[in-house]
Amino acid sequence: MGEMEQLRKEAESLKDQITAARKAVQDTTLQEAAAGITVVGRVQLKTRKTLRGHLAKIYAMHWAVDANLCVSASQDGKLIVWDTITTNKVNAIPLKSSWVMTCAYAPSGNLVACGGLDNMCSIYNLKGKDGNVKVMRELAAHTGYLSCCRFLSDSEIITSSGDCTCVLWDIETGTQKTVFAGHQGDCMSLAVSPDFKFFISGACDFTAKLWDIREGVCRQTFGGHESDINAIGFFPNGNAVITGSDDATCKLYDLRADQELITYQDSSIMCGVTSLAPSLSGRLILAGYDDFNVNIWDSLKSERVCWQVMTTE
Amino acid sequence: MSSSSSLVAMKKVVHQLRFEASINRVKVSQAAADLQQFCIQNATQDPLLTGVSSSTNPFRPQKVCSFL
Repeated sequence: MGEMEQLRKEAESLKDQITAARKAVQDTTLQEAAAGITVVGRVQLKTRKTLRGHLAKIYAMHWAVDANLCVSASQDGKLIVWDTITTNKVNAIPLKSSWVMTCAYAPSGNLVACGGLDNMCSIYNLKGKDGNVKVMRELAAHTGYLSCCRFLSDSEIITSSGDCTCVLWDIETGTQKTVFAGHQGDCMSLAVSPDFKFFISGACDFTAKLWDIREGVCRQTFGGHESDINAIGFFPNGNAVITGSDDATCKLYDLRADQELITYQDSSIMCGVTSLAPSLSGRLILAGYDDFNVNIWDSLKSERVCWQVMTTE
Repeated sequence: MSSSSSLVAMKKVVHQLRFEASINRVKVSQAAADLQQFCIQNATQDPLLTGVSSSTNPFRPQKVCSFL
């Protein structure tokens, strides 16, 4: 038997081992375990602010840690930092490349970053001495579009790219510290764990991967989706991962059980998920879809929660 | 792709699979219980579940000052 054939057999055997090991700890399902809980009742929402100013499609937004400021990126070629309480534009930053796909706010509040079809991640200093916001660094090395970026600190940022890799950058030197390779398709989205030790990536190979930032390795790979994963996020306690896919479903994977616990799907939903976020307790998952709708899911019951926008006080 | 580079690539795949196969796994009943407990414990801190009172809501409509 040739060496290649031997390796292929070993790979298949290991995949079977992983499947068996996952089944071995599957002593129940999340749905059975949560059978005694009632579905969350109706969620009432009120539109409080509308942030107007962008002139073209807004591709991404990211909240600052203070939950007061946020940054948005539009293909009108601008990054805008908003004060969401006053709706004032704190900064309107013109971009060299208008084909922006992602933006991020640093935890310190000092920096914002963006990137897109220019294959670069540009870092902007909001707190420059003369008050002008300038490009601080252009992180260039990806050979594909920049799909997502997230700061670890003012000196480190993680990017995901259409070149199938994620990269940890040293912002000061503008160099790649670690390249996280392993996905077999464009990386579409990433999220950093609450303790900043891990990050997860979702890709067009239909899998999500958990990466150890300091060790530079992939620890776990989660499959099950039948199409590209566009959106990914951590459950607030850092022990589970939520994904949103073009297959019209969202899934929750538990990191410690190393498997999918539940799928959020409905036969009436036939379009892809483009974005998602869990609520503060993790009980609700808000997901945005290609049909311009948002669905709110009870994360433990896998049922859609009714919600309505109140028009009167 | 030359046969040696695909061998190298395949070795990496096998190495990675070995690594992923070796992790310790917690029982789903434990994982599910912990998720539920987190949700329940933090439910009171979740404005989407509890609602937000006007007095603490930073996005409430601002009262307009007027000269009398």
